[in-house]
Amino acid sequence: MLALRHVSKSFGGLRAVADVTLTIPEGGIVALIGPNGAGKTTLFNLITGFIAPDAGEIAFAGRDITGLPPHRLAALGLVRTFQIMQPFAHLSVRENIAIGAHLRIGNRRAALARAAEVAARTGMGDRLDRPAESLTVAGRKRLELARALATEPRLLLLDEVMAGLNPREIEEIVEIVRGIRAGGVTILLIEHVMQAVVSLAEHCHVLNNGALIAAGTPAAVAENPSVVEAYLGTGAAERILKAAARA
Amino acid sequence: MLAALAPLPWLLHSDFWLNLAIMALYYGFLGQAWNLLGGYGGQFSFGHAAFFGTGAYASAVLQVKLGFDPWLAFALAGVLAGCVGAFVGALSFRYGLRGSYFALITLAFAEVLRIVANSVGFTGAGVGTLIPLKQGAYNFQFATKAGFYFVIFGLTALGLAMAWWLENSRFGARLSAVRENEDAARALGVDVFRVKLSAITLSAALTGLGGSFYAQYYLYVDPGIAYGPAVSVTALLVPIIGGLGTALGPLLGSFVLAAMSQLAQAVMGQAPGLNLILYGVILVLMIMFLPNGLFGLARISARRFLMGAR
Repeated sequence: MLALRHVSKSFGGLRAVADVTLTIPEGGIVALIGPNGAGKTTLFNLITGFIAPDAGEIAFAGRDITGLPPHRLAALGLVRTFQIMQPFAHLSVRENIAIGAHLRIGNRRAALARAAEVAARTGMGDRLDRPAESLTVAGRKRLELARALATEPRLLLLDEVMAGLNPREIEEIVEIVRGIRAGGVTILLIEHVMQAVVSLAEHCHVLNNGALIAAGTPAAVAENPSVVEAYLGTGAAERILKAAARA
Repeated sequence: MLAALAPLPWLLHSDFWLNLAIMALYYGFLGQAWNLLGGYGGQFSFGHAAFFGTGAYASAVLQVKLGFDPWLAFALAGVLAGCVGAFVGALSFRYGLRGSYFALITLAFAEVLRIVANSVGFTGAGVGTLIPLKQGAYNFQFATKAGFYFVIFGLTALGLAMAWWLENSRFGARLSAVRENEDAARALGVDVFRVKLSAITLSAALTGLGGSFYAQYYLYVDPGIAYGPAVSVTALLVPIIGGLGTALGPLLGSFVLAAMSQLAQAVMGQAPGLNLILYGVILVLMIMFLPNGLFGLARISARRFLMGAR
């Protein structure tokens, strides 16, 4: 579905993304994890066309999409949400979602009706006429998800849709994401909430200092020494093993 | 509200009041044209005179120098102003100029055009262009003010129809999405550049029609009138008073402004520059206390009323 080949991006002297090669198979849920500043969001920006890579190629559904602008990619079915929520603050929830729906639907009334359907699927059916600026953090996260979903994507990139939510809210979003996948949408998610990663993703890529350092099932990746070190510092894996042996 | 304004010429028997009504509708129309881009699209232009002046000059020069039919010149004034709008928009939006940078570039374009109009021959340079008096509806010169009233009334209806269309179409929805958040709009498949370019072209074309109307009403255009800052200021003041991004806001703002100008003149006489001071004071007060305009005030009052009733 999505294939990155040797993708790199530098900002000044900082190599934000270094020679990343990965593929996302169709129909699954894949997680991208890594410590803060690892380059996850930069990688999302590269995939969705918000910034252009310095080197490498990106292919989507068998087609080279390197350098295409975001709105063209959205039309092809590659849509993202933002980690820092970007609601259309003065528009209502219904109008917000309708902007997404308008990608496939020209008629205003039909797009608004479609927005109401998508809102119901994402648990926002009771807030349709509230202005987006009045929503809580959890509500805005849902709105991000609903808007993206309304574009009828084939591949959905979710940038920390669960950060800042309480466990019950996380559980609800996890259910919604499962529902989206069941509808045939491939999902790539950046997530720090490991509870969600473990329960959702079949496969997991770990990014550190802009490079991929590990891949596998969430459980296997969590035990990988280089992953542990990326999060906890050099030598941490060894110390943990020693401590475990002593105990 | 608009329908109630239609038979005004039969009700107002004095030319003074009819002229006032024409001016109120005329500024309301210019405000509406600005509102399509500034209110609905969030792109604050400080230089709509660039489009207004192009329309006014197109109308005058095409008739006087090239012998065009005045009504054809009127239509071409809209087209040419739209082209200027597309050019300004293509340049500034291509390079991502937003907010105050966009405002400055539009202001600069209006000033450059003013200087050009002052220097080249075919505009009549500093002397301006006089359209010879030749009354007749076929010539877009009406014997009575009622004729002009109906033309500006028609333009007002056109402006309102455009605003209504924006509120009920995909294009309008996308335009407001661009106003609210460009990145989010882009991520959802909106071609931000194209949307903004279409909006400025539409806004400029309507403003050009307003310029052409001015030229026909006064039969005279000079660089200061056409490209001077007065039109740019009024065009943005009117919707800010009435309510940005609302269909009826510019019309409301224009009538309020006209009433206040008349009041100020009645109280303080015809002191030169008085209206500019008044505009400045109104603008500051509006932005400080009523950023959503009179329509915003109406909305807040309605909400308070409903809450109080509960």
